[in-house]
Amino acid sequence: MTHTTPNDTTALLSARGLVKTYGSVVALDGVDIDVHAGEVVAVIGDNGAGKSTLIKCLTGAEVPDVGTITVEGREVAFRTPQDARDAGIETVYQTLSLAPHLDIASNLFLSRELRRPGFLGSGLRLLDHKEMRRQAEEKISALGIRTIQDISQVVETLSGGQRQAVAIARAVAFGSKVVVLDEPTAALGVRETGQVLDVLEGLRARGLGVVLISHNMPNVFQIADRIQIQRLGRKAGVITPRTHTPAEAVAIMTGAMELDAAVAP
Amino acid sequence: MTSTTAEATATTAAEVYKARPLTPLQKLQRVLHRHPEISPLAVLVVACVAFQLANDRFLLPSNLSLILQQVSIIGALAVAQTLVILTAGIDLSVGALMIFVSMVMGTLAGSTGLPGPLALALGLLVGVAAGAFNGLLVARVRLPPFISTLGTLSIFTALALLMSHGTSIQGNQLGGFLTWTSTSFPVGPFHLTTGVVLMILMYLVMGGVLAHTAWGRHVYAVGSDEPAARLAGVRSSRVLLSVYVVAGLLVAVSAWVLIGRNNAATTSAAVDANLDSITAVVIGGTSLFGGRGRLLGTFIGAVTVGVFRNGLSLARVDVLYQTLAIGILIIAAVALDQWIRRTGARR
Repeated sequence: MTHTTPNDTTALLSARGLVKTYGSVVALDGVDIDVHAGEVVAVIGDNGAGKSTLIKCLTGAEVPDVGTITVEGREVAFRTPQDARDAGIETVYQTLSLAPHLDIASNLFLSRELRRPGFLGSGLRLLDHKEMRRQAEEKISALGIRTIQDISQVVETLSGGQRQAVAIARAVAFGSKVVVLDEPTAALGVRETGQVLDVLEGLRARGLGVVLISHNMPNVFQIADRIQIQRLGRKAGVITPRTHTPAEAVAIMTGAMELDAAVAP
Repeated sequence: MTSTTAEATATTAAEVYKARPLTPLQKLQRVLHRHPEISPLAVLVVACVAFQLANDRFLLPSNLSLILQQVSIIGALAVAQTLVILTAGIDLSVGALMIFVSMVMGTLAGSTGLPGPLALALGLLVGVAAGAFNGLLVARVRLPPFISTLGTLSIFTALALLMSHGTSIQGNQLGGFLTWTSTSFPVGPFHLTTGVVLMILMYLVMGGVLAHTAWGRHVYAVGSDEPAARLAGVRSSRVLLSVYVVAGLLVAVSAWVLIGRNNAATTSAAVDANLDSITAVVIGGTSLFGGRGRLLGTFIGAVTVGVFRNGLSLARVDVLYQTLAIGILIIAAVALDQWIRRTGARR
C-alpha cells in the first residue's frame, strides 16, 4: 500500500479532547481522532476501551461532556444522529437499521423519498417509485455489488452480506463525506466479508473518509490506512499496517506494550 | 487455486439445492407470501359457494347489496384498525370511539339543534382529538397500545353513556344531513347506500396514501422495525402519533356511516364492532406483528365476516354458531399468517 498519512490536508472529520462519562464510569478520557478524505481509519480496542462511545459521539448518538468535533474545519455540535447526517456523516449500524418488510429501493430511500414531478408530487405528495428504483439500481451497481439481482426484492429475503451492502449503499448514496461502520463484517462469512471490504476500498477510491470499528485483526490490517488503538477510554496510539504487526497492535491494545511516541505516525 | 475450486463446488451444490423442485405446498406458500390477499379471497369464494348451496337466495343481488350495507360499519372501522395494526399496535377503542362520536354528532344535531354539517364537523374534531390522545399515550408516554386503548375504550364508552344518559336520538330528530349516509340508490341490479360508497372511498383513498406516499412507507417501516426506522431517519414517534390521529378521523367518519345505518344515534348499537374490525384486519392477511398487510386484504376480510354472518343466518344457523364460526375463522387466519411468515423468511 502506498498510502501516506495526509497530515497536510484539513481532516474531513476530527475530534479533540472528547470526554464522556456515565455517572462514575469514564468512557472517554480526552480522545482525539482524525479522518481524512480517501482514507480508512480503523478503531480497535478491547471491550470497555471506548470504541463505541467514541463512535456514538462522532455520529450524534451521544453528546460528549467535553471536547470539540469539527467537520472540514468547521466546529459542529451534534445533538441527534440526524444532525450528523445533515453534516455528511453517515453511520452503518451493526443492526443495519433496515426495514425487513420493505424492498431494497424503499429502504435505500427511507426518510428521503423522491416525489413525482409536478402537482402529483407537490400537491398529492405521490412517490416516484420508478425513479427511486432506477436510482437504487444505479447506486447499488456503482458500489460494485453484483449479487443483488432484483431491486424490488424484500430485504428480509436477502443474505447477511447483501443486507450489509444495502445498508452501506444507503449510507453513501446521498453525498455523504464520512461513513462510520460498526462491525460491518462481524456476522459475515469469508466471501461476504471480502465483498464488503471491496466496497470499502471503492469508497476510499471515491475520496470518502471511512471509519471502521472491528474486532477482526486480519480485516483491519488488510484495509486500514491508519489504525487507532483505544485503551481504557484513552487513545493508546495510532499505527499503520506497514509499521506494526497485528501482534503488536494486540499488545498495545491490552497494555502489554507501550507505543513509543517517537515512532507514532 | 484450490480455494476457488472448493468455493465453486460449494456454489454449485448450493445452486443445485436452490434449484430443487419445490413441493406444491412450498410453491403455494411462496405465492401466498407474495400476495397475502389470495388466502382470504379463496376463503371468501369458498364461503360464497357453500352458502349459495345452502340457500339459493344468497347470491341474489338484493342479498349481496344487503351484505355490503351490513359490512359498511365494520368495513369503515377496519380501515382505521389496519393503519394501527400495520404499526404493530392494536386499537381496542375504535368501536367505543365510533359510538361516542355518533352520540356527539347526534346530541349536537338532535338536542342542541345545531345544523347537520356543523355537528358532523365537531364530531370529526372529537374523533381527531380522541385519536391524538391515544397517539400521545402510545408515541410519547410510550404505553403499550393494548393498554392505552384498553383504557380509552372504557373512557369513550363512559363518555358516550354520560352524554346520552342512556337514551337514543332517533333519525327524525337528527335532520337529513347526518342520516344522509343511509340514502339508497340503484347500481344495476344492486342497491348501494351513500354509507357503502363512503366506506369504499375510505379504502381507495387510504390504500393510495399507504402505497404511494412517503408517510405510507414510513408507517410500514415503523411497523416493520421501529428502532431501525428511527436510525434510518424516520421520525417514528411522529409517524405513530399521526397514525392514531388519522385513525381517529376515520373512526369519526365511520360514526357518520353508523348513524345512517341505524337511522339513530344510540349507545346500544355496534357493541361488538370493535372485535369484528380486528377480525376483518386479521382475516385480511395483515400481520399483528406489524409491517405487512394491505387494505385490499382488510376489505376482503370485512366482507368475509359479513358473508359468514349473513350466509349462516340465511342457512338458518343459530346466531351463537355464527359467533363460533367467526372465532374459528380468526384462529385459522392467524395460524395461516404464522405459517406464511415462517417460510417467507426462509428462501
